Amino acid sequence: MRRAALVGIGAAALVAAVALAQGGPPEPQRQIPNPMSGRHFATPETLAIQDDDFLNPAFLWVEEGEEAWNRVEGTSGQSCASCHQDARETMRGVRARMPAYHPRLQRVVTLEQQVNICRTERMGAPALPIDSRPLNAITTFIALQSRGMPVNVDISGPARPFFDAGERFYNTRRGQLDMRCGSCHEDNYGRYLRADLLSQGMSNGFPTYRLKEQRVISLQFRLQGCVNDVRGEAPPMGGEEFTNLEFYLAWRAQGLPVESPSVRR
Amino acid sequence: MRLGAAKLFLGLAIGLTGAALAQTGPLVPYRVVDDAIPESLTGTPGDPDRGRALALDRSKGNCVTCHNMPVNADFQGDLGPPLDGVASRWTEGELRLRIVDSKRINPDSNMPSFYRVEGLTAVRRDWAGRPMLTAQEVEDILAYLLTLR
Repeated sequence: MRRAALVGIGAAALVAAVALAQGGPPEPQRQIPNPMSGRHFATPETLAIQDDDFLNPAFLWVEEGEEAWNRVEGTSGQSCASCHQDARETMRGVRARMPAYHPRLQRVVTLEQQVNICRTERMGAPALPIDSRPLNAITTFIALQSRGMPVNVDISGPARPFFDAGERFYNTRRGQLDMRCGSCHEDNYGRYLRADLLSQGMSNGFPTYRLKEQRVISLQFRLQGCVNDVRGEAPPMGGEEFTNLEFYLAWRAQGLPVESPSVRR
Repeated sequence: MRLGAAKLFLGLAIGLTGAALAQTGPLVPYRVVDDAIPESLTGTPGDPDRGRALALDRSKGNCVTCHNMPVNADFQGDLGPPLDGVASRWTEGELRLRIVDSKRINPDSNMPSFYRVEGLTAVRRDWAGRPMLTAQEVEDILAYLLTLR
């Protein structure tokens, strides 16, 4: 009898061990299996601006970013192009797979952070403030090289704990209004919050030109706005919490085409 | 002369701070009976006109952001049920609890609790420890809702 129980426990442990060896935690399931880009929730007027590169004001940022790409800065006498040459070839697909796990830093980094890692470590140039115009210009230029490619971030292996942390942030009710991100973007997309049609909160259009701000904004700037709106204390841009959240959001948008630079209200 | 003015100003400032604290201090206790708060939070009858204004005020009740209301206001929200006829569907006490803390009825509700300070996460500093509405503002909005038969 007791032996049978022991065998049972042994078998269970073996099954667990095999499951772990086969790839760790189970695949996460998306609340919205077939996501819709923010463009489905934008007005035709807004889309008309986005869909014409000559009308889309974000292309001023693209131009500035391209200039910055080729400009020597810092103590090493290098530009982005010194290592990466023609961004149209070398940066293709980069926006689609960011944020990504950085093996040496052992954490997930966003595209913004990766640009700053290059600047400080390779170029001997100062890091650019998150969401500043010069950094948004470079990321918008880089993101454009992935336009149309499906979002495809890798959450496996060592990246998984950072994904899980982002998911926890997403699902934590916060602020005086006591809402989780999904209170609006999963439970109520397609409905109106006053004049605002709620989207699914997909991040595939960032960096985006936001008409309200009259400038290109980074995703984490928008996240601060959301947390503020529920009267929550927003974590800093570029910090661990929003970086993990951005990683989780990219996975929610997995498969959607990169639309950067989009135009949103 | 100048000192006198300064003293007067200081006195005024202390007086104003005192009033603000009195208003935002701990919540008045209330009793929940069968998904309702049968008694008034303040004992002072609510003012429906003030309540209507609070329901439209973005920084106060802001009901219209999520609920359609029988008022002239552009761009009414549709996350929650329309408020027209709400007084025919619920009793006064039931409506009071729904304003104060609707999560007591449905923990998964996305409706904020307008008179609660406990059990919240990462509240913005300027609102920490304060409810969204004062007790009298809850009574005012309730008085307005009771006119929607």
